[in-house]
Amino acid sequence: MDPILKPENYEAYIQKNMPRGNFLWDCTRAFFIGGLICTLGQGLNNLGTDILKMTKDQASMLATVILIFTGALLTGLGVYDVIGKFAGAGSIVPITGFANSIVAPAMEFKREGYVMGVGAKMFSIAGPVLVYGIILSVVSGIAGIFFSG
Amino acid sequence: MGELEGKGPLGNHFDRVLQDDLFNQKSWEKAENKMFQFAVKTAVEKSNMQMDDIDCLIGGDLLNQIISSSFAARELNIPFLGIYGACSTFSEALLLGGLLIDSKSMDCVVCAASTHFSTAERQYRTPLELGTGRPPTSQRTTTASGACVLKNAGTGPRLTHCTLGKVIDWGIKDANNMGAAMAPAAADTIATHLLETAKAPKDYDYIVTGDLGHHGSEVLIKLLKQRGFDVSSNHADCGIQIYPEDADVQSGGSGCGCSAVVFSAYFLKQLMDASVKNLLLVSTGALLSPTSTLQGESIPGIAHAVAFEACKEG
Repeated sequence: MDPILKPENYEAYIQKNMPRGNFLWDCTRAFFIGGLICTLGQGLNNLGTDILKMTKDQASMLATVILIFTGALLTGLGVYDVIGKFAGAGSIVPITGFANSIVAPAMEFKREGYVMGVGAKMFSIAGPVLVYGIILSVVSGIAGIFFSG
Repeated sequence: MGELEGKGPLGNHFDRVLQDDLFNQKSWEKAENKMFQFAVKTAVEKSNMQMDDIDCLIGGDLLNQIISSSFAARELNIPFLGIYGACSTFSEALLLGGLLIDSKSMDCVVCAASTHFSTAERQYRTPLELGTGRPPTSQRTTTASGACVLKNAGTGPRLTHCTLGKVIDWGIKDANNMGAAMAPAAADTIATHLLETAKAPKDYDYIVTGDLGHHGSEVLIKLLKQRGFDVSSNHADCGIQIYPEDADVQSGGSGCGCSAVVFSAYFLKQLMDASVKNLLLVSTGALLSPTSTLQGESIPGIAHAVAFEACKEG
């Protein structure tokens, strides 16, 4: 029996009854696509250390650069949002998603000019990642100094 | 109409379906401006009138400072009243035009509204190429511009009543569920209209809401049932009608352009040939902004009702 809907109980009713995506299927897709991207990254890492005889740091830089380039290229080609619709968090969370979050606004705001459009708005999505990532790295760096003596 | 909307079930009713949503312009905003102008000019032409015969253009859109309408009006050279009712703008324009004509202040008014998927996305949500998904209650802003000419005389369908909506907010904060946010406003306006005109839902062939979408429409029917009005058999929603069944649009279409085109291109024709005798158009708006959402505000809704009756025969 449906409750009589009033302003007081409306939000709770909607939360309970609104259609939701299939959680299991959403997670499965995110897992596999995210996993694929990370596997690619690991593969590039191994390519660096085993075949190109790079150091660990160099190989990891190689993987990072190639993944960022791929994310940016696919965004520019208009493919990354199609992947994103399917993969959800699986394509947002890896570093390719970070590239997408910078290239997408850069493309979007070109019409407002290169300075106030591209330049100012480029970090509109990635900004918080940069700000809080840098803050946390400073904090952990300082903590590292104290705890490692 | 945009390409996707043109593929919908109403595609062949529209005056023009764009193959390219840029409409040969350099930006989406300029495209929407051009669409608005096209809609107004076509409506005036189809009424066998000249732009000089028009006393006033009443119109709006979803962009900041309603630039699509204002910049289009710049080209059209007629007196312009810009309005903003979010997605309820079209019925707001119709009711204002009706009141101006009824008070004999004006003889002829053009009412128009417009939206564009890309301009709305970049203003309200995220850049187009960003790879994030959408929840099932979200809606797709339609790429659509529609216009109607209202006159004080003639043989066309008559605008008979209007009911002005109040802003109703029942606490929904989720900007991806605007249908549920607007449904209480739609229910309030429809109930008020039926009570004040002493009509029943069945007196209308259709009670058409603007863009509640699938989920919002279900909630509306429940809310009205609780007030003693059963609209389950004659409720229609422009946001649901405009897209094909299998389109990837979650809960349906949205935007003031949506009710503008579905009414002007589809329902109006049925009123003109009297296959629909009585229709109530209730465009629904969600009066939020990106700022209000970030500040944790809930989403207030509004709905304006405009009643039409078909041409009399002969």
